[in-house]
Amino acid sequence: MALSIQEVQHVALLARLNLRKDEEEKYAEQLGSILQYADKLNELDTEGVEPLDHILPVFNVFREDKVNPGPAREEILANAPLVEEGQYKVPKII
Amino acid sequence: MSKEFETVIGLEVHVELKTSSKIFCSCSNEFGAKPNTNVCPICSGFPGMLPVLNEQVVDYAIKSGLALNCEIADYCKFDRKNYFYPDLPKAYQISQYDLPICKTGYLDIEVNNEKKRIGITRAHLEEDAGKLVHQGTISSTTFSLVDLNRSGVPLLEIVSEPDLRSAQEARAYMEKLRSLLLFAGVSDCKMEEGSLRCDANVSVRPYGQEELGTRAEIKNLNSFKAMEKAIEYEVRRQIEAIEDGEEIIQETRTWEEERQITRSMRSKEEAHDYRYFPEPDLPPLRISREWVERILQSMPEMPEKARERLMKAYGLSEYDANLLTLTPDYLAFFDGCTLYYKDGKTISNWMMGELNKLLNQHNMDIAECKITPAALVDMLKLIDEGRISGKMAKDVFEAMFETGADAEQIIKEKGMEQISDEAALGAIIQEVIDKNPGAVEDYHNGKKKATGYLVGQVMQATRGQANPSLVNKILSQKLNQK
Repeated sequence: MALSIQEVQHVALLARLNLRKDEEEKYAEQLGSILQYADKLNELDTEGVEPLDHILPVFNVFREDKVNPGPAREEILANAPLVEEGQYKVPKII
Repeated sequence: MSKEFETVIGLEVHVELKTSSKIFCSCSNEFGAKPNTNVCPICSGFPGMLPVLNEQVVDYAIKSGLALNCEIADYCKFDRKNYFYPDLPKAYQISQYDLPICKTGYLDIEVNNEKKRIGITRAHLEEDAGKLVHQGTISSTTFSLVDLNRSGVPLLEIVSEPDLRSAQEARAYMEKLRSLLLFAGVSDCKMEEGSLRCDANVSVRPYGQEELGTRAEIKNLNSFKAMEKAIEYEVRRQIEAIEDGEEIIQETRTWEEERQITRSMRSKEEAHDYRYFPEPDLPPLRISREWVERILQSMPEMPEKARERLMKAYGLSEYDANLLTLTPDYLAFFDGCTLYYKDGKTISNWMMGELNKLLNQHNMDIAECKITPAALVDMLKLIDEGRISGKMAKDVFEAMFETGADAEQIIKEKGMEQISDEAALGAIIQEVIDKNPGAVEDYHNGKKKATGYLVGQVMQATRGQANPSLVNKILSQKLNQK
């Protein structure tokens, strides 16, 4: 199940990856073989098997609605490349 | 507007649920804090952090669903919606895709005396994103600033069926939705603070056509008024485009308040591909019928029930009862008054008249009003006792509104008390009669108009404080003694 170059380009765009032409070809082949491997699952007969949304048989895990303040702002912002007025500074977004 | 085209509108409404803490972490859910002071590794999207669902959020979602006549799912789950944007630190939003917590509900609206039922497709839970602040003007700025206080605030997204046929109906839907959510007590629904937000899907089609026209999604509708104007503009724009032979393209448009137009935000050549998949960090929910029943039992009286009660118990008109049940604060004020005063119609008249007038003048909410229900009732009793006239009461009421003092205090301070003491009035009236022999003579010569003049003189002498019916009575007694 080979992946088309268009599909690779689409996924690259969604992931904001800038691929060279030779990379596109390489990933088409590599991703294709991974998908092909996963496609093996389709060979199984899943008649009467309920779809699984979560791998653990656990439901309704909650926390109480109580406020517990997080770390100081400086600590949270410590890893940001650029900070201004207590906020993350990012390239202009409109 | 062209008569050949029918407008079709569906609304997507985001409501912030008024929990104490955020949906997946323990940060405070308060509005208006300093940037990035209600943040933690979870809502800032640090690697390896795990979300845990706030139980109150589920309670509120069930409550909202019941208020909107929805089916409450017995099983639902969360999904990841993937996209890149600087206000979304994880690069995915935790939302609900194919199994929302509420579906297939409705609410009833009334426009031009016509009742109409509007379908609600679904309501699902999700987390809010952060806020982007642009420096300077949009064209001159080089950077944007990110505040993550809002990131992780619990949202319920309520999606209507495309059942609305005019901007007016859309507004009625929003007002009704807001009223129901306020009564359910799940959100403070303040459009100006963004706790109630609305996007409108608008399309037009020739009358009689079954198939829906291509729609535009309009964002940035920050008030009921903006929503109405934006929809009206968009409908005009689409009809003109079609009549000019242009094709409507599916796109997102923003309402520009200053220019009063909708503007295309971006073309959708790359269709959104959110690659939803089940959120592995959150186990699914099983909502037992006992849970739903418990919430149902805890529901307060909703506006429709309250409206019927007011009409039955106090003989109010449907119009008055509608207005009094618009928000829980209004109803609570009215109900508060009826604890001490039986005449609901009089209470309603004062609330709809003077109180509303003053609230509007001061751009205030009834919850901020200094007059308590008990204080209004005390004033109404003073009118009944004849201590102040209905006319004077309006001035007293205004002073109460401004100072928060009670009526008794105000009439004392301002010397406004109505004179209902027969002896005192008798003396004043006698004085007026003695001073105006000409008018008295006119009266006896059959000029009944002279009475009016004499009453006026009494009122002037008492600075308008004389009890008018008593003045009339005593005056005619005295005049006829002669």
